[in-house]
Amino acid sequence: MIGFTIRRLLIASVLLLAASFLTFMMIQLAPGDYLAQLRMNPQIGDDVVDQMSARYGLDDPILVQYGRWLANLARGDMGFSFVHERPVAGLVWEHLRNTIFLMTMVILFTWLMALPMGIYCAIKQNQLADRVLSTLAFVGLSIPNFFLCLVVMWIAAEIGGIPVGGMTSAHHEYLSWWGRIVDIALHMAIPVFVIATGAMAGLQRVTRGNMLEVLRHQYVTTARARGLPEHRVIYVHALRNAINPLITIFGYQFALLVSGAALVEIIYSWPGMGQLILEAVLSQDLYLVVGVVLGSGFMLILGNLVADILLGMNDPRIKFGERGAG
Amino acid sequence: MLWRRLRQFGGMCRRNGLLLAAVACLAMLYFTALFAGFVSPYHYDNEDRTRSYHPPTRIHLFDDGRLTRPHVREYELEFDEDFRRVFTPVEGVRHDLRLFVRGDSYSFLGLLEAELHLFGVGDEGRIYLLGADSRGRDLFSRIAYGAQVSMTIGLVGVAIALLFGLLIGGISGYYGGWIDTLIQRSTEIVMIIPGFFLLLALRAAFPPDWDSIRVYFFIIVILSFIGWASLARVIRGMVLSLREKEFVAAAKVLGASDRFIITRHLIPNTASYFVVYASISIPGYILGESALSLLGLGIQDPHASWGNLLQEAMSITQIQLHPWILIPGFFIFAAVMSYNIVGDALRDLLDPQQEVTTSL
Repeated sequence: MIGFTIRRLLIASVLLLAASFLTFMMIQLAPGDYLAQLRMNPQIGDDVVDQMSARYGLDDPILVQYGRWLANLARGDMGFSFVHERPVAGLVWEHLRNTIFLMTMVILFTWLMALPMGIYCAIKQNQLADRVLSTLAFVGLSIPNFFLCLVVMWIAAEIGGIPVGGMTSAHHEYLSWWGRIVDIALHMAIPVFVIATGAMAGLQRVTRGNMLEVLRHQYVTTARARGLPEHRVIYVHALRNAINPLITIFGYQFALLVSGAALVEIIYSWPGMGQLILEAVLSQDLYLVVGVVLGSGFMLILGNLVADILLGMNDPRIKFGERGAG
Repeated sequence: MLWRRLRQFGGMCRRNGLLLAAVACLAMLYFTALFAGFVSPYHYDNEDRTRSYHPPTRIHLFDDGRLTRPHVREYELEFDEDFRRVFTPVEGVRHDLRLFVRGDSYSFLGLLEAELHLFGVGDEGRIYLLGADSRGRDLFSRIAYGAQVSMTIGLVGVAIALLFGLLIGGISGYYGGWIDTLIQRSTEIVMIIPGFFLLLALRAAFPPDWDSIRVYFFIIVILSFIGWASLARVIRGMVLSLREKEFVAAAKVLGASDRFIITRHLIPNTASYFVVYASISIPGYILGESALSLLGLGIQDPHASWGNLLQEAMSITQIQLHPWILIPGFFIFAAVMSYNIVGDALRDLLDPQQEVTTSL
């Protein structure tokens, strides 16, 4: 399994490098760059901009620039952000941390809510509770995250009591250790709820479908015929097999969440990857854009890898190393 | 074959009220998009800055307790005790609502100039069915024009993604070898970047100050660029499995040409998948455009799309003061939900074996 993990990570990093090359090219080929914006500023002289251009090597051909970036990357240096005037690596890591933190909470919340809901709906198939929950799930699946976020923020602002933006309050620094945790938890309430709604709906539907399918199998009937209590049949016999396909969804869901959450992060001003890439794109901050793309790709790979490992742990029939990098 | 499927779908609509509602909703939205100039009382850029954030005008049926022609009141701008702007209806000053009135000129279906509007209140007053934006433009009219962008971007985008997915996936599966490897690796490169980040990075490659028409086509291109990769992989898999099928081998043995095999065997066997794929991935395109426009990277003012109409709602205080600026979001919601319902029904009807997934 360790060999498999290493092989997967190697293939993934090659792909990531290719993706970084693609991004690098795209931004360099774009008309205008960050320095062009500086040149427009009447307070900054042309000689200053020329100096900057020479310092960052922006006059060299694109391939030379990419080569230099790559060489620096090998030393753990992801370049320098013009706008933030800081190394990209630190910036990306700071924001990546906040996004991963948010995602972990979302995934925890999603699975804790959606699995029981899906199982419950499958057991009560076509009864009132199932109909209501399934309809709600469908609405949750269809409502755009960014719209739901705006609506929830509006409602929260009208009611008061829950913060409607950011990750910490202005007086965060002065709070006790415990107070800081409560502060962050309160700030997470809205984004976690909003992102989880969409993710939960999908998971609930698939859980219900899988559960219904597994419950039709003969071994479930056999288990019942042998006189096992119903809760054992459902939670031990049926659930373990119904959960298998869900774990593959986990990785896929992680990818969707990374994308879906970015917009919510921007609207809610959560200091995550979404905000970072928007700023970087708007100001054509070349190295920062490439850095964020690398970071987000890394998260996706991580999600898929965790899903594969979980799958192997849950289902001993699956052999590692037989599947591609996909 | 197509006709039979359509009749089956009609039957499903009759049995399933929700599906019927979804189809009706889509039909209405496309009708609005097609006849936006006619349906809306004003041109999308007709502004009245004295009526900034005018609230929705109520349509009155009674005047002095007597039933009269439907009409709207004139609203007067006042300031409340907190010096906030409040519009209050003036008793007595009314503007009759009339059907088929002359107003702003627009181009009808892009062919001829027209001035006829479905309804209006004449030049003296203004009717704001869904309120006004910061520049006093009618939100209803802007939503109608916005439907032209938001409702078509999915159709065109999916068509382009299908074209490229079919071509590239088909080549990959048919020829195999190093071409296959090369194409598969490139799809992986595209798929390793989360959709939203790829979307923004691609957007960064082009100047932010393009006019809306070019941005419109450009958004379609980048959205389909994100969409084709996963599709090409699925199609490759389908081609690989179909190539081994006995009826294809039989057709080859009987001396059928490649064109015959492709048009009579391959396309009919995969068509249902594409229909389901299209209906399920269109919401992704609608949401992608909305997201870009919401962030100010898509369709630019004065042109309207549902995403850029929501831009004003990015500030919570604005929503609190003028909640109607959230209304365009409900249209996005309705369109996405309708497509999801129709997509689900089509999947049940056509039952493709593969799980259809989208990338955004």
